[in-house]
Amino acid sequence: MEFTRRNILALGSGAFAAASFAGMPAFASKTDDAIAAFTGGASVTEGGIDLTAPEIAENGNTVPVSVSAPGAVSIMLLATGNPTPAVATFNFGPMAGTRSGATRIRLAKTQDVVAVAKMADGSFRTAGATVKVTIGGCGG
Amino acid sequence: MAKGVKPRVKVPKSAAAGDVITIKTLISHKMESGVRKDGDGNIIPRSIINRFVADFNGQNIIDVTLEPAISTNPYFQFEAMVPEAGEFKFTWYDDDGSVYETSKKIKIA
Repeated sequence: MEFTRRNILALGSGAFAAASFAGMPAFASKTDDAIAAFTGGASVTEGGIDLTAPEIAENGNTVPVSVSAPGAVSIMLLATGNPTPAVATFNFGPMAGTRSGATRIRLAKTQDVVAVAKMADGSFRTAGATVKVTIGGCGG
Repeated sequence: MAKGVKPRVKVPKSAAAGDVITIKTLISHKMESGVRKDGDGNIIPRSIINRFVADFNGQNIIDVTLEPAISTNPYFQFEAMVPEAGEFKFTWYDDDGSVYETSKKIKIA
């Protein structure tokens, strides 16, 4: 078979579509796995936790994110579209003034950032925010 | 040991007893994520700080687990209670086993 320009284009787009379809569910389940590992399979309810992230991040290498959850024992941050979704886990000790923390994270592409908080009573709360990323921050 | 690692911490010099104060920390570290490739297409091995701990007079304030998704020069801002005068101690743990420490004293005004 001769490789004409049309053939090559058709092959290329097919491969791209296959790759993007294969990629999506894998990332979603990785995030779910990470949340399940943190909660031990307990149900997670929305609300009771504040996640502050910019709507648009020009540079995915440093995206400022802050999280606050009154009454939380620990808070886990996840980036659903990164090669590895886990970002950081804050564990609060007896001298913590408020149950809040801020840091700067890397985001590979436009995606949802999710925070899951473990409350003192053993329940779990979650909040999410979508961040648009102009330049990805994971290299590769 | 990663080169040029320098911890920087901002803590108020004094506070009223029982106050809640804001602490900002930054440590210069390249935080190599382990997914980047060099010019020849080889993966650059992961080299990050994987844990950060802040204590006040031996009691824990915050203990953070870091993953490669934390940016270069990891920055943290958090709040701490100050029931008495004392010393804050900040510790960073590197993947290569190095431990970086710094401390700050606080007075009761």
